Amino acid sequence: MVALAVAGFRRYATYRQATAASTFTNSVFGYLRCYVLLAAAAGSGLSVTAGYTPQQLATYCWASQGLIGMVMLWGWTDLGDRIRSGDIVADLLRPVHPVASYLAIDLGRAGHASLTRFVVPMVVGAISFDLYTPQRLATYPLFVLSALLGVVVCFGCRYLVNAAGFWLLDVRGVNLVWLFASSLLAGLAFPLHFLQEWPWLVIGLWVLTPFPSILQAPLDVLVERGSVAQLLGVVAGQAAWAGVMLTICWYVQRRAERKLVIQGG
Amino acid sequence: MEATRRLGIYRRLMGAQVRSHSSYRASFGLDLMANALIPLLDVAAVLAMFRVTKTLGGFTALEVVVMFGFSATAFTLADLAVGNIERIRIYVRQGTLDAILIRPLSVLGQLVTLDFTIRRVGRLVVALAVLGFAVSKANIVWTPGRMIMLIAGPLSGAVFFSAIFVGTATVAFWWIDSGEFANGFTYGGRDFTSYPITVYSGLFRRVFAYSLGFAFVGYYPSLALLGRADPLGLPAWVSWSSPLVALATAVVASVVWRFGVRHYRSTGS
Repeated sequence: MVALAVAGFRRYATYRQATAASTFTNSVFGYLRCYVLLAAAAGSGLSVTAGYTPQQLATYCWASQGLIGMVMLWGWTDLGDRIRSGDIVADLLRPVHPVASYLAIDLGRAGHASLTRFVVPMVVGAISFDLYTPQRLATYPLFVLSALLGVVVCFGCRYLVNAAGFWLLDVRGVNLVWLFASSLLAGLAFPLHFLQEWPWLVIGLWVLTPFPSILQAPLDVLVERGSVAQLLGVVAGQAAWAGVMLTICWYVQRRAERKLVIQGG
Repeated sequence: MEATRRLGIYRRLMGAQVRSHSSYRASFGLDLMANALIPLLDVAAVLAMFRVTKTLGGFTALEVVVMFGFSATAFTLADLAVGNIERIRIYVRQGTLDAILIRPLSVLGQLVTLDFTIRRVGRLVVALAVLGFAVSKANIVWTPGRMIMLIAGPLSGAVFFSAIFVGTATVAFWWIDSGEFANGFTYGGRDFTSYPITVYSGLFRRVFAYSLGFAFVGYYPSLALLGRADPLGLPAWVSWSSPLVALATAVVASVVWRFGVRHYRSTGS
């Protein structure tokens, strides 16, 4: 398992140019969204907007751009491609369960991204904007844990989106639904707390969907929105969603293997 | 005669694409729906800002939705027409561009028709509806000039975004593994133009709004329509100059494209 994670790390370490291109794009979006969020904060006329100071919003925004690459919100088609080509058969013959082996590789990939795709936007943001520095020492380890859980929850979602290929031969539609659910409901386009006038919507999203556990949770932990106890609760919720997603992946994988028809040849 | 024959070939290429995509019915249906939803979700993201503030960069929600309508209509038109060009980086990397180059059809024409996706029509319809709704609610004093701008604005924006698509895709000729680089300008440009440029500042605004010209997609046509003076202090005629900016950008993009195709060296794999 560790070997698989190391392999995942090393595979992504070879995509140097693509990593550079992605961090460039993340940084462009960082500027864009940061200015928009700060304009919203300025327009509200309040010093604290939806629970965030302007500094916290700036950090929220830049860290969200960094986390996109770390949780790999978009562009993971490894499993889907192998289902389409029929190579998935080789995975089923291996002694490690497919969910476990893909997760191990993904954690290695996330480890690489945490050193590259997360760091670059944070540095660019820190140079250009006044960012918020966590006040509590405990925030740092809690953020690492929260980001890790975000990776696992996001992996679960991506695995399911890809696994739809076992039933549908063209998964573009499912991909598109995921693309927009993930960017709108995960806290990327705007912090979900901006909708605080509709508390039931916000609570519903947190409890009934895995999306806020992917980005909103680690970001709130990082900018210390709420007390330590509240943030521990947020991370516990993420852990629960991570468990739920992996269980669903396991179950879906089992169902898929029962009805598997090999494409390709 | 020659031109109609070529048009016929392109039409057949596109027809084959439409048929192949619609053969997986469940996925195609979901895809069509998701595509129609995209502009609605985008406008929801813009409106989310107005849950915490009454004005953004000095503009009301309705005024910003007018800008969004211009931007979304222009972008979806361009995306429908030439958006597939972004796949060029895959063709370059796999070496399949060689096959495209030796066929007796234009390279650009083949690239945009090879993976034509009819599904994106849904986005255009919804983007137009958003623009129409915002414009009808915004208490615009209609003059002939403004009516022309309502048509010319999105068309200029579409030409502009098409030029951005083609211009940034050309990077793939030199930078084989350019990945998401172009997205910063295409999708980044779409998001940039959805908001008034008064929210941005510094070097970022100067480069994106004026050097690259993104201010002329959503912001300036909306000022012309709404009859508002530019808070940034530029004279009123600037608000009407979108078509000229689009034309200039298209010329630059076509020069860059020709230069790129001439300097293409196969990856040989």
